[in-house]
Amino acid sequence: MLNLLQTPLAGLGRPTLFILRETGRLAVFFIRALVLIFSFPLQIQKVVHQVYFIGLKSIFVICLTGAFTGMVLGLQGYYSLVKFGATGFLGAAVALSLIRELGPVLTAIMITGRAGSAIAAEIGIMRISEQIDALETMDINPLRFLVSPRLAGAIISFPLLTAIFDVVGIVGGYLTGSVMLGISPGVYFSRMETAVVMEDVTGGFIKALVFAAVVATVCCFHGYYTHLRAEGFGAKGVSLSTTTAVVHSCVLILVTDYILTSFLL
Amino acid sequence: MESPLIRFENVSKRLGDKQVLDRASFSIAGGQISAIIGKSGVGKSVLLKHIIGLMEPDSGSIYFEGKPLRGMKKTDRRAFKRRFSYMFQGNALFDSMTVFDNIALPLKERTALPFAQIKQRVAEKIAQLELAGNEHAYPSQLSGGMRKRVALARALVTGPQIVLFDEPTTGLDPIRKNVVHGMISDYQKRFGFTGVLVSHEIPDIFYISHRVIMIDDGAILFEGTPEQLQASGEPLVRQFIHGMTSQLEPDTALVPQPTGECRFKEEIARLQRHETPFSLMLLSVANMVEAQSQIGHLATQKAIGALANRVRENLRVNDICSRYSMNRILIFLPNTNREQARMVADKLAGHISGLAQTGVTMRSGCLAIRAGFVEATRDSLLEQLVAEAEEKSNTVFDFTVCSATEDV
Repeated sequence: MLNLLQTPLAGLGRPTLFILRETGRLAVFFIRALVLIFSFPLQIQKVVHQVYFIGLKSIFVICLTGAFTGMVLGLQGYYSLVKFGATGFLGAAVALSLIRELGPVLTAIMITGRAGSAIAAEIGIMRISEQIDALETMDINPLRFLVSPRLAGAIISFPLLTAIFDVVGIVGGYLTGSVMLGISPGVYFSRMETAVVMEDVTGGFIKALVFAAVVATVCCFHGYYTHLRAEGFGAKGVSLSTTTAVVHSCVLILVTDYILTSFLL
Repeated sequence: MESPLIRFENVSKRLGDKQVLDRASFSIAGGQISAIIGKSGVGKSVLLKHIIGLMEPDSGSIYFEGKPLRGMKKTDRRAFKRRFSYMFQGNALFDSMTVFDNIALPLKERTALPFAQIKQRVAEKIAQLELAGNEHAYPSQLSGGMRKRVALARALVTGPQIVLFDEPTTGLDPIRKNVVHGMISDYQKRFGFTGVLVSHEIPDIFYISHRVIMIDDGAILFEGTPEQLQASGEPLVRQFIHGMTSQLEPDTALVPQPTGECRFKEEIARLQRHETPFSLMLLSVANMVEAQSQIGHLATQKAIGALANRVRENLRVNDICSRYSMNRILIFLPNTNREQARMVADKLAGHISGLAQTGVTMRSGCLAIRAGFVEATRDSLLEQLVAEAEEKSNTVFDFTVCSATEDV
């Protein structure tokens, strides 16, 4: 009888403990990497390189997704608003959706796919080929050398890429709303100016900063601890780490987005 | 042994279901090369990782200069780590960095040296390890031997006091194995570091090691000098040494040292029983260090190989040519008294001296060979005979051998 009660409880407790333990490890990993960003000598060159890799090299894909997101918002928004005779609000609807929600979230998801997976794979390969052990034997802190510059690079790049995504998206909405469907450009932009307030922009940037920390930490964490995976070693371990890093990052982006939105509204 | 630099006391480590180290206790002396030998998978590399702190023991203690590593303060541990270098079995080179950046990394990250000085120190190591021209290549663009040398350069560039080598010759051909062993021995003498070397290259490892530690099933089976190891009566040690010793060195077709020593004992026994005369001839490369620095380690080993082959071609059927150390070849001349040995030596001198004239293209640098011979007596010891053969009065000829040199 006691066993019948214990088994489901143990089944529930084991994954709960695992999630708590992993969350704790992730938090410690993040805090240590964050503190090490400011340790001397500052690794400016490495951070600039990461801004180039995470930020500059993602601009094309961000512009592309931003443009089409804005365009589809323009189309959907127009045909929804036309039912209420409120097409004049299209500019405000597109801008608010992008700045508050879609800009930060879609930018983070796109960078996770492009740069986050690469970060997890690169660090994972360094782990399985003993390059991280080599750093330790040279008395070079691997967290400072590998993780901190990537975290700093992401924190700088995410808000900038989000801003680019928002601007390109608004232009995309203008193309479908005004150029294709005939809404007056003046109305499109003036209603946007009236509706969007500074808190919306600040909220969007706060989300971008949090997503940067989440994506960089999760991707580095999974790569860094590739060797501890029970279900796969070597190249298979790296592939599993990369997949897990991308999936966990995307899920965490959406979860933290909900939490942040509920606080920011 | 003087007070040890590193001491293991009853160190145990379990990885998963396997007891990798089982109450291992041994010591490593400073300023010497200590070799850790044993079968594959018995815990040699794990032991090395414990020394530098990449792994922590489950129980037992590790002492460095008499102080326990466990509980060492963070600052002390950093200072301790800075005295070490580690050469990984798989090299662990940073594959997205060039050769120059790989070697320069510890200097860039650990020191405040100006870039010009870093560049100079890296250039020195690149020149010493014969890597010139490959500074901008990536590890994947290099041969296995070159990658080993880059790893060695990176390990030595900071001027460490202790260097740990994890199977430094794995995957190398016989000539390059000798090259790497020669480099380790040469640099240890030159820079005076303490070397700890994990290897199963037997008997080659005995030529360069001062002490040998043998590990089996996680426990220390033997600790002592290479000579003591070879004289050990412990069945497991003998079985391992016999099993690992090949009949002939593949590159030179020389009989390895332990086999040569067995042959010496047999000949002495024959001499004692039947009064059969028996002589030894010793060929020593007098300028090994100079040759290595002039023509490089690889070319030196190739030249020694060429010399050994030429010597063998000119010996009698029963004579045996054996490697005695990195720079000495020992020739056993059975049924040969001093006079006959002199005749063999003169004949050999005539043939191999010609090597210099007939020889192969000379680029630069030659080996200065000194040949000595001596007749054994009933109570002769091998070391004593070798020392006598090396004496000037027993030297029959000095000559030079110049061999082809190639880049790796």
